[in-house]
Amino acid sequence: MHHVAVVTFKAGDKGGADPRLMTAQGSRGMLEPIPTDFGRQAGYTLNCTPLCRRASAMSQGAWPLLSVKPTRALVDEAFKVLVENLPPGAPVTLRSLHQSEDRDYWEAYGHYISTSTGVVSVTDDLSLGGTYQGREAMGLLWSMQPVPGSRTGLRLRKMNVRSPMLVSISVYGGHVSEDFSQRPPLATVLTERWYMAPGVRRLDIKDRGVRGTLFIPSGPGPFPGMLDMWGGGGGLLEYRSALLASHGYASLALEYFLPGELASADLELAYFEKAFEIVTHHPAIIPSRVGILGLSLGTIVAMYLASESTVKPTCCVCISGGHFFPRGKTLSAVHQMVYGDIEKLHMDDKHNLIWRDIMTISSDLSWKLDVRRINCPVMLVNGLDDQNTPTVEFAEDIFQMMRSVGKDHLLTRLEYPDTGHLIEPPYSPHFRATNFIWDSKKGKVSILWGGQTKPHSDAQEDSWKKILAFLQYHLYSRQSPRARM
Amino acid sequence: MNVKHRAVKLSVHPSRGLVDEKFVIVVQSVPPGVQLTVHAFHRCEGGHGWEAFAHYVSDAHGSVNVSQHASMGGTYSGVEQMGLLWSLRPVPGTKPGLRLRKMNVQTPMEFTISVHLGYRTEGFMDQAALASQVVERWYMAPGVRRIPVTKDGLSATLFLPSGPGPFPAILDLWGDASQLVEYRAALLASHGFASLPLDYLTPKMSQDTSKMVDNSYFEKAFRFLQHHPQVLADRIAMLAISYGSSFMLKMLAYSDVVKPTCAVCINGTHMQPIIAKQEDLFAFYNHYSDKIQVNEKKQKIMKMMWLPITSDPTLKVDVGRVQCPLLLVVGEDDQSWPSSESAVDMKEMMKRAGNSHLLTILSYPNAGHLIEPPYSPHSKASSFRSISIQQKTLWGGQCVAHAYAQEDCWKKMLAFLHHHLYAAHYGPPASRLTAKF
Repeated sequence: MHHVAVVTFKAGDKGGADPRLMTAQGSRGMLEPIPTDFGRQAGYTLNCTPLCRRASAMSQGAWPLLSVKPTRALVDEAFKVLVENLPPGAPVTLRSLHQSEDRDYWEAYGHYISTSTGVVSVTDDLSLGGTYQGREAMGLLWSMQPVPGSRTGLRLRKMNVRSPMLVSISVYGGHVSEDFSQRPPLATVLTERWYMAPGVRRLDIKDRGVRGTLFIPSGPGPFPGMLDMWGGGGGLLEYRSALLASHGYASLALEYFLPGELASADLELAYFEKAFEIVTHHPAIIPSRVGILGLSLGTIVAMYLASESTVKPTCCVCISGGHFFPRGKTLSAVHQMVYGDIEKLHMDDKHNLIWRDIMTISSDLSWKLDVRRINCPVMLVNGLDDQNTPTVEFAEDIFQMMRSVGKDHLLTRLEYPDTGHLIEPPYSPHFRATNFIWDSKKGKVSILWGGQTKPHSDAQEDSWKKILAFLQYHLYSRQSPRARM
Repeated sequence: MNVKHRAVKLSVHPSRGLVDEKFVIVVQSVPPGVQLTVHAFHRCEGGHGWEAFAHYVSDAHGSVNVSQHASMGGTYSGVEQMGLLWSLRPVPGTKPGLRLRKMNVQTPMEFTISVHLGYRTEGFMDQAALASQVVERWYMAPGVRRIPVTKDGLSATLFLPSGPGPFPAILDLWGDASQLVEYRAALLASHGFASLPLDYLTPKMSQDTSKMVDNSYFEKAFRFLQHHPQVLADRIAMLAISYGSSFMLKMLAYSDVVKPTCAVCINGTHMQPIIAKQEDLFAFYNHYSDKIQVNEKKQKIMKMMWLPITSDPTLKVDVGRVQCPLLLVVGEDDQSWPSSESAVDMKEMMKRAGNSHLLTILSYPNAGHLIEPPYSPHSKASSFRSISIQQKTLWGGQCVAHAYAQEDCWKKMLAFLHHHLYAAHYGPPASRLTAKF
């Protein structure tokens, strides 16, 4: 998309206007503000000098042109942001703006200098400063943070996946770092970021006590299936399953407790076995091709289903988790043991809770799942700076256990430096610490998840590609012995 | 192939796009060397089904990539990334003479792309596909605004790009149609141009008074754009196809008000009597209508009405008077209008007048009259219901060549418009400027 606007400068503040922009616009005199009646935009024109008897509203020179391609995309698809027709060597700022469902504003911005042909390409050029630096085609998304003055401890997650995230991308003259809302942009493009591809269907599931949402890909099916489980935050988060369905997997986002209600949920592992059965028996799903994806607490469930349960997943992806599991306990009791005593936890200098120190690896089998019994391919995705759970140590123990029975060839470990606990789909903003409702009776706490924004975002992008390739190989390409031409 | 034990993966990337963007269709997880048919289906606003299909063989990896592999046959052959769109045709049993056009541009066109086992040419709805994917194709990008315009008796729609504006603008004149056609203008707004498609054949004032519009109507439309707060008064272009070109060329040559920065004329002609009223124009057509030929399929070859190009200057717009860059798009196989012959004559006139440096001609062999945005299905002949004529008109053009012409011409047209409306500026004389604020 290409848009244009009157080039604007701060009224009466010649120091704020970039002299190179003024020269290129052919300015031969003073700048004067002319009030307009549209938006908050103030129009500026060039005043006449005796040599140049031009009336007002003369648009001189080239007109800046902003395009974002494509303007509609899935959330894991990249876009190209391009600004053309700028003066050569002009400093500009590219900024993204999004209003979340909670009505908070999120932004990211990068500082650029145009080429001699007046072009800024976010894909090819270096950001010299802002919320991201360097050559980052998608920096305007993954480096998003709440705008100054926002509430603290926020996390950006889309709950309604039937509508897209709307992100506006704007270009401003000069290198701007604050007060964006006080200045009119040179141009703005609106983009849509979707979790659901066209034709994906969303079904509420309430079956034998199991609660969740099933997303079915476009097409007649049947499809490979996925059981998708989130972590200790609870509630029903649909976006990852919606995205998996957009990639061809019928995915059940499973709800297993309400936020803050884990202690009272008292879930048995049988609940998850039932959920897995519901997926394998669904008419839109191929029963011999059902995988499991779990994050955080969800990985304990995933590994239980893969190792000690009677169900037979085709493959398993575990993000930021482990096999820590005291025997004979329900899931909520497990979580309670690990996370229950908040008073004992360490805090960092910002009063964020650090949980990882509480958990230790035991060689005692009564404290962990017997992963030696896993018979399907497993992919472990972990961050080396995970401050919530010692996932890398767990992964190493899992590897040793599986190697002891000759099954380590089933294991794929992805471990990322400076990456925290919340490994989300690509281009999602990074949260080093956020508010978390651990217990609805005890209110909110702030939890340290870890990770540094840039390496964490790289990990999200890389791991998602690899997760999709892993799923495609095991759930689509790999043929069961019964298949015939 | 036992489909119960096999999961075939079909992806169309991107699954949402503007109508002029390309997509990549990939089939995976089939065995190598398997014959497959990739099929596209669309149900248009009129309720008719349109389809296209192509035959492929999967490669050693068990996949088909439509943008890289050759179609062995179907509604197109060879390597054609977008062939499933531009080779669409009405499903068998549909009444003949249809044209695919989207009238409501605020919703996307939905296509279902599917893959079937074996080489099929029919009965696609009777058997389940191996896989399918719904694809959305939009004329309007997010944030583009659609504003009906009825001020001063104008019958038009204004499409504004998203963003603060103001924007360069395009006055868009369609051809001889029975209602306002918006899709090209909506697409232009998605590329950064405020666009005003203008209904000059059936505006409300004509319906009320039974009188056709005259030149002042177009001047009013041009002034409307100039005075609009979100339009840059000195960056307004004109775009016209077919019958609309006749009015546009006349304005370019003779109007004191309509002074666009540049103009694009698709398959038009400069031949017409220099008279003000539309009624006279229709009388002119009727007078020469006995020159129209009819081919063996009973389709009217309208262009014979105009040929040979007259040397009588009173019967041609004096394009030597045109003062702005002019892009002529010509489908050399146009059977309804004498585009090719007119372009040659216009070039001569401009050479003699000394303004031929303003002229660019894009001439496409084997392309027909209806040069539409890219990937639109080609219509070789259709029932043409205009104000004056009801018949099957032969538009001309060979399917593949016409599709290439649409794709190439659109790119070049956008580049021409961007160059003149965004990048360059000529500093028009001060007398033409209007106060903006």
